[in-house]
Amino acid sequence: MMSAETRHEIAEANRRRYEELRAAGQGATTKSLPDPSALDAVPISSDAVISSEDVPAGWYATIRLRRGEVLRIIDTTGRSSVSMIGWRQEETSERINCADTVKVQWTTTLSKGRVILSDMGRVFMSLVEDTSGAHDVLVGGSTPASTCATSGVASRNTHENFLAAAAKLGLGLRDIPPCVTFFAPVSVDGEGRFRWDASRKRSGDFVDLRAEMNMFVVLSNCAHPLDLAGAAASGPVTLIRHRAPAATPEDVCRTLSPEMLRAFAFTHRLFA
Amino acid sequence: MTSLIDTSPLDISHASYAMDIPAERPWSHILRRGQTLRIIDSEGQQAVDALLYCLDDPAERYSAQDTLRVQGSAYIDLGTRLVSNRGRVMARITADSCGRHDTSAGCCSCESNAVRFGEATRYQHACRENFILELSKYGLGKRDIVANLNFFMNVPIDPSGNFTVVDGISEPGNYIDITADMDVLFVISNCPQVNNPCNGFNPTPIRVMIWDPGAL
Repeated sequence: MMSAETRHEIAEANRRRYEELRAAGQGATTKSLPDPSALDAVPISSDAVISSEDVPAGWYATIRLRRGEVLRIIDTTGRSSVSMIGWRQEETSERINCADTVKVQWTTTLSKGRVILSDMGRVFMSLVEDTSGAHDVLVGGSTPASTCATSGVASRNTHENFLAAAAKLGLGLRDIPPCVTFFAPVSVDGEGRFRWDASRKRSGDFVDLRAEMNMFVVLSNCAHPLDLAGAAASGPVTLIRHRAPAATPEDVCRTLSPEMLRAFAFTHRLFA
Repeated sequence: MTSLIDTSPLDISHASYAMDIPAERPWSHILRRGQTLRIIDSEGQQAVDALLYCLDDPAERYSAQDTLRVQGSAYIDLGTRLVSNRGRVMARITADSCGRHDTSAGCCSCESNAVRFGEATRYQHACRENFILELSKYGLGKRDIVANLNFFMNVPIDPSGNFTVVDGISEPGNYIDITADMDVLFVISNCPQVNNPCNGFNPTPIRVMIWDPGAL
């Protein structure tokens, strides 16, 4: 039986380590995050494109990505939001995990240099380019009820898009995790209320998501439930699956923090 | 940040069920529509991870994102309706003597601990292990573990997005009451985490009690 004194010493040592990790995660690390990508800075050469499609407002697409490939999502009109879920191809119980994504990175703000984690302590995708930095991981996508609340009638929505997409892979409601929504400027104010900042949306905003494992992702092009402009304002989005040079040892996503070094080391073990 | 705090009129002697859950252990129980479950943080500063499943069809389960969207704010408080992934109210918070609970930080797992705190912590007991074992009694598995509730866990999110597990504010004996709007399977992991302040770096027992509808 451990003495109370020993337990106290262990607890205090754990507290010190936590405070050191917190200081690194919210101070030093944030300073080294890269600036947002410029809208015209990273064109994709035509021979790197694997496939490209425009998804109409209200609709969805399922895309298979191999490890190392990159998905560009472009908000062409600046009026769309794109909700995303995804599963590891070989083991679909491993999937996007928003809670671990924010907890491990000490922030709800996804931007260039950040990652999206799976539930298995591995990196699912890296945000290798991002012009926006205004994405939502807390509130989730639209549902039949939310479209009714926004516009008075139920319209096409992310919940039903995810269900349909999952079904076509042999998956179902049990397999739909909380989603990330790109181009959705949601923040939490001092009272805990969610805020939507429409001024942070621009036409042509894009993210480049590098797949860190083999996966299926579902992209739903439906207005975010907090977007007062509603479904009527949404436009098409463009999805470009493309090849990219292999990550370098200095790759910012892979080296941003001790947590990321470990998450990538664990991810690489899958493919060693 | 102010929180709504309200105490409950429920009489402890009229409870139909009571159980102490040891530190680090899971628990589950079927909560019938109208019944009220009280979770008591017996010694204070103890995070309690919780999941709810619709008894008729467990594919319908608690959804953190639906819950937060419907209430328009980021924390679980008195009056919060716990909403399912089909948009239905499963239960609601009917009393709360603590005032701060989370649903965005998820549960600890061996795998995420290893990323957050180093490889050695992979071999420490974690909430996901508890959930897997408890859910296995009902034919449910890892894919059924969704973003959960964290009662008595203090995770402020600031306007810049900073997201931090900080010291819990619950005192010994603080409680939260959850009244079911449908028959649910209620699953708890009494959180074993020792690497962050959610349990004051020292996991402790909790107590659960259940009252039938109308019992005062």
